[in-house]
Amino acid sequence: MIRPALTLLKRDLGLSLTKGGGPLLAVGFYLTLMAMIPLSLGPDQAVLSRIAAGLTWLCLALSSLLSLERLFERDYEDAVFDTLRLGPLPLELIALLKCLSQWFGTGVILSLMTPIVMIILGAPVSLALMGLVSAFLGSLSFALIGGIGASLALGSRKGGVLMALLVLPFYVPPVIFGAGLMQAVQTSASPLQALAFLAAYALFALALGPIAMGAALRGALS
Amino acid sequence: MINFLANPERFTRVTRPLRPWLAGVTALLFVWGLYLCFASPEDYQQGDTVRIMYVHVPAAWMGLTVYAAMGIASFFGLIFRHALADVAAKAMAPIGAVFTGLALLTGALWGMPMWGTPWQWDGRMTSELILFLFYIGYIALHASIEDEVRAAKSTAILALVGLVNLPIVHFSVQWWNSLHQGDSIFVKGGPTVAPDMLWPLFVMVAAYHALFAWLFLVRLDSEILARKYRALRARLSFN
Repeated sequence: MIRPALTLLKRDLGLSLTKGGGPLLAVGFYLTLMAMIPLSLGPDQAVLSRIAAGLTWLCLALSSLLSLERLFERDYEDAVFDTLRLGPLPLELIALLKCLSQWFGTGVILSLMTPIVMIILGAPVSLALMGLVSAFLGSLSFALIGGIGASLALGSRKGGVLMALLVLPFYVPPVIFGAGLMQAVQTSASPLQALAFLAAYALFALALGPIAMGAALRGALS
Repeated sequence: MINFLANPERFTRVTRPLRPWLAGVTALLFVWGLYLCFASPEDYQQGDTVRIMYVHVPAAWMGLTVYAAMGIASFFGLIFRHALADVAAKAMAPIGAVFTGLALLTGALWGMPMWGTPWQWDGRMTSELILFLFYIGYIALHASIEDEVRAAKSTAILALVGLVNLPIVHFSVQWWNSLHQGDSIFVKGGPTVAPDMLWPLFVMVAAYHALFAWLFLVRLDSEILARKYRALRARLSFN
């Protein structure tokens, strides 16, 4: 079971890194959103530095969402799923592997950009390390919770918008904890609580996500 | 009992005669409750606006109750393939959405004179808003999948994910910010609300429950009829 899993992971990772521009699309979207913020709020440094970390989290959530739409759809449309189901891997594991490769292909790269985006927007440089760590955890939750939305919206008529509507309410905890963590660092309070919550939500998504996705995919494929 | 009522035919036969009675009880409870609302004393701080609470609090509770009921119905629909449970979950969603919307609206009406603003980004209001968005997502998902069986399955999964997840959302929002007054009804050592005000509240809660039960039965029945109609039409077009 490990070899087919690794093969699938390699295939999906390759697809998410190269196919259709790869992570470029999400990165471009992330940076565009970043550029829109000062344009809509004015270039006042004092205002921007106060809200930079929170807005970066919002941009990260939206950019993670954008690329999730095609997570299962491509393989669903050309019947790769039916082939995969004949193999030894359970659907839950297939879904998990797809989400993880999505995370490596998009979430991790967006996370690596997060400290830069934060600092460009005016956050103090001291936030960079915590920004990076929290973005890793947050984007992992985004990918897994988003996967649930993608699997539920599979085969419906309005995939993308529907998925955003389904998933965004569940993006609330990581956004709150992530932005709260940034605030804690900025006010030099203990960041431990927010960090622990953020990690707990990522683990929770890791446990719940595959079960829900497996059930939803089974429904869509039947 | 549940198995007995699982048959939609039998269910409508049993519940249809109940409906006028339920409607009557709902109307009576509302008349009584609203009378008590206006007969109850003014609050020493809030004045007359306290009466909005008798509409607001039960609506907010119902929003949560309906959501829990939807989760339970979805669970039965998904695990035991209970045909009526799917229909029940679908029938409940818009009612719950309206209750939640009503809670938000009456909260805003109360907030304008009392807090001086119709909207505050406080913990409870925000999580109520998110509950409302969840309802909308649920209804949208159901509407966007054409096949009834698949739609029921997908929405059931969403409802169960929501059932596990929304408490977390709720507590994270609480952690984020809370200005809302704390619990005053279900607290250790009995309610901290004066009995004069508790009575109208409880009658209104009962009225809301009766209203929900009545609307639910009507919606369930019309949904069963709509399915029957679709099935008949499908059969006719084949012949």
